[in-house]
Amino acid sequence: MNLDFTKDQDMIRKSVAEFIAKECPYEQVKELEESDAGYSSELWKKMAELGWMQIHFPEEYGGLGDPFMDLMIIIEEMGKAAFPSPFFSTVIQSGLTILEGGSEDQKKELLPKIGNGELIMALAQYEEEASYLPSGINMPAQLTADHYVLNGTKMFVTDANIADKLIVAAKTHDAGITLFLVDAKDPGITCTKMPTIGMDNTCEVIFKEVKVPKHDVIGVPGEGWEILEKISQKATVAKCAEMLGGCKVSIDMTSDYAKKRVQYGKPIGGFQAIQHYMANMQLAYDTSVNYFYKVVWMIDEGMDISQEVSTLKAQVNEAYKFITERGIQIHGGVGTTREFNIALFYRRAKSAEYVLGDTDHHYEKVAQSLGM
Amino acid sequence: MDFKLTKEQEALKEEFEDFFREEMKNAPSEYGHGGLEGVYATEEGFQFHKYMAKKLGEKGWLSRPWPKEYGGVEAPLMEQLIFNEVAGYHRAPGVDPFGIGMFAPTLLVGANEEQKKRLLPPLARGEAFYCQGWSEPDAGSDLASLTTTAVKDGDHYVINGQKSWTSGGHRADHMFLLARTDPDSTRSRGLSMFNLRMDYPGIEVSPILYMDNKYLYNDVFFSNVRVPEYDRIGAENEGWNLTRATMNFERSGAGVFAAAKRTLQEIIDYVKTTKRDGKFLSENPIVRQKIAKLFIDTEVGQALAYRTTWLQQQGGLIFAASAASESKVFGTEFSQRMANYATEIMGLYGQLEESQWAPMEGTMATLYQFCTGMNIYAGSNEIQRNLIAWVGLNLPRFK
Repeated sequence: MNLDFTKDQDMIRKSVAEFIAKECPYEQVKELEESDAGYSSELWKKMAELGWMQIHFPEEYGGLGDPFMDLMIIIEEMGKAAFPSPFFSTVIQSGLTILEGGSEDQKKELLPKIGNGELIMALAQYEEEASYLPSGINMPAQLTADHYVLNGTKMFVTDANIADKLIVAAKTHDAGITLFLVDAKDPGITCTKMPTIGMDNTCEVIFKEVKVPKHDVIGVPGEGWEILEKISQKATVAKCAEMLGGCKVSIDMTSDYAKKRVQYGKPIGGFQAIQHYMANMQLAYDTSVNYFYKVVWMIDEGMDISQEVSTLKAQVNEAYKFITERGIQIHGGVGTTREFNIALFYRRAKSAEYVLGDTDHHYEKVAQSLGM
Repeated sequence: MDFKLTKEQEALKEEFEDFFREEMKNAPSEYGHGGLEGVYATEEGFQFHKYMAKKLGEKGWLSRPWPKEYGGVEAPLMEQLIFNEVAGYHRAPGVDPFGIGMFAPTLLVGANEEQKKRLLPPLARGEAFYCQGWSEPDAGSDLASLTTTAVKDGDHYVINGQKSWTSGGHRADHMFLLARTDPDSTRSRGLSMFNLRMDYPGIEVSPILYMDNKYLYNDVFFSNVRVPEYDRIGAENEGWNLTRATMNFERSGAGVFAAAKRTLQEIIDYVKTTKRDGKFLSENPIVRQKIAKLFIDTEVGQALAYRTTWLQQQGGLIFAASAASESKVFGTEFSQRMANYATEIMGLYGQLEESQWAPMEGTMATLYQFCTGMNIYAGSNEIQRNLIAWVGLNLPRFK
C-alpha cells in the first residue's frame, strides 16, 4: 500500500496549476462564460501543446499512454480554476467513446486530432424527457440504402456550439441504441445555447434529415448503450475530479477570506461558528477525495467500478454543493456577487451535479448494486 | 498510489479472520454487538472481554505495534488498521480501549525503563484492565481546568478529588490518572500522570447510569489515596504533554466502518425479507435511498480512515492530528445516522430492545441511544471540529 503520489504526478499537478494561474485567472473565466464560444481557442491550443489532451490515449493513437490517475490530476487542477474548455466533452466523453467503441480507422483518424487540439467534439445523449436511462434515448435513426437519417432533438449537449463533430445516440428500427459520428456543421443541424446556472455551453441541438454514412457508426448498431455505460463510468470519475478541484479551492478561498475578514475587531475565522462550518467542509472534502483516489486507482488496475462510481458521484455531488454553499455563507454578502469567486463554484456545483447522473439517480444505482 | 494489500498483509488478515471467526462463537448473548455496552454493562460481557484479551495476549497481538524489547514486533500502523478492521467486523472485544488503546502508547512515549518493564507486560498478556481518570464534573472538554490534586508526601502522592464519566471504572483494576501536582498552577501547567490500582484505600466508585439504564460510566471519588512516586508517569508537572500524545493514538480507529459494513448488510437482509403493506421494505424508494446513503458513508469513511492511518504512518501521530479528528467526527456521526435510519426503516419495531420481536436483536435501538454518547466522549465532536479548524485549516485560535 502506498497512498502518496509519484514525483512525476506531483510535477504534473504543479505545472498544470502554474499554467492555469498564469493563463486563465478567474476574471478571464467570467469573461469566457459571457462569450458565445464559452472557451478560448488560444488557450485550447496551448493546452494541446502541453500534451494534456493526449496524456491518457494509447501511444498508437498519438497519445502518451499515461495512467488514468495522471489525467485525473490535470482535471482536478482545471477544476480548481473553473477552467472553461471543451476538455470534458472532447477528450473524456467523446475521446474515450471512440477509444472504447470506435473502429481502428476511426481511432487512427480522430484520436490524434483530439490529442493535438484540432478537433472539438460533443456527445448528444439526452432528449426532452431528460432521462439518464436507455429508455430516454428515442431519436430515430432511419436506415436507407447507404446511410442513416437522423431526425429529432437532443438536449443538454455540452459544447455542441463549438464542436466539429458530434457523437449522437439514436435508435435504429431493428438494432436499438446506436452511436453515430456526425459532422456538427451539417446544414440539417441547428444548435442553440441554453442559459444555465453554470453559464456553460449547454445546447439544444435539432437534427433535420441529417444523413450519416454507415461507416460513421461507432461500434456496431445496437451496441450504443453498452458503450455509453462503459464510458460513463470513467467519465463520471473524471467529472468528479473536476468537482473535487472545485471543492478544494472553495475551501481554500473561504479559509483565506475568513482569516482576513475582520468583525468585532477579530478575523471571523477565529469564531467557532465559522470554524465548525469550515471543519464540516474539510470533512466533506477529505471523505470524498480519498475515496476518489481509490476509485481512480481501481480504474488503472482494471477493476470493476460499477458500484463505486455511483457511490462516488452521489458523494461528490452533495459535497460540492455543501462546500460551496457554506463557502458563500462564510463570505457573507460579497459571496453572492459576480465579483467574488466563491459563487462561480456554487454555480458550477449545480451544473456538475447533473452530469452523468444526479444524486437520486446514483442512490438508486447504489441500492441496486446492494442487491435491492 | 496503490491501495492493494501486500501478500504478507493478506496473509495476516486471513490469520486474524480465522481467529476472530472461531473465537466469537464463544460470545455470550449479553455481549450483543459489543462496544462499551457489550463489554462493561454485564458481568458476562466483561468476562468475555477478559477471555478474549487473554487469547489475544497469547497470540502477541495486543502488543504488535510495540518495540521488540517490550514484547512487540514493531508492526506498522497499516497492519494495526487491518487488525482493527477484522476485529471491528467481528465486533470482537479483548483490546482494552484504555489500557491498550491509550495507556500503553503513553508509557512507550513517556515512561521510564523500570515502568515500561513493569507495566507493559501485563497489558501485553491481556491481564491488566484500565480506566481513564481524566474528566471531572467541571472539567470535560476543558480538561486543563481539572482540580483533582496529587500532593507529594515522602515517596508517595496523596490524591484528593473526583473523576467523572469513567467508562468501565467498576470493571477495571487500574486507572491512569491526570491530577494537579502543582497547587499554584492553572490550566495545563502543573499536571502529572499516574498509574494506580482501583483497589487502593480511599477510592470509591459509584455508577452513572446511561439513559437505557445500563451501567457503563462512573464517578470515582478519591480521599487521601496514596500512590507511590514510582507510579508517576513522566516528569512532575509534565503530564499534559503526555495526554496530547495519547489522544492522537486514540482517534484513528478504522474498525468502525468494517463493523458498519456488516451491520448494514444485516439491515439490507432485514429490508429484503420484511413486508409491510404488501411490499418488501426494500422496494420502498425512501428505504432504498437511506440504505444507499449509509453504504456511501461506509465507503468514504473507510477511505478517510485509510488516509488517516497512512498519514500517521508517514508523518507521525501529531502530524495527522487533524485527520484523526476528522475520522472521529465522521465515524461517530455516521453511527448516529445509521441508528436513526435503521430505527426509522423498522417502523414501530425500531423501538424494541431485547425482545423476541426486536429486529436485529434490538441492537439498533441500543445504538440509537448509545450513539449520542459517542459524539461526546473521547473529545467531543465540537472540540474535534475546533482541532480540524486550528490544525488542519490553520484558522486563528482566540485565547
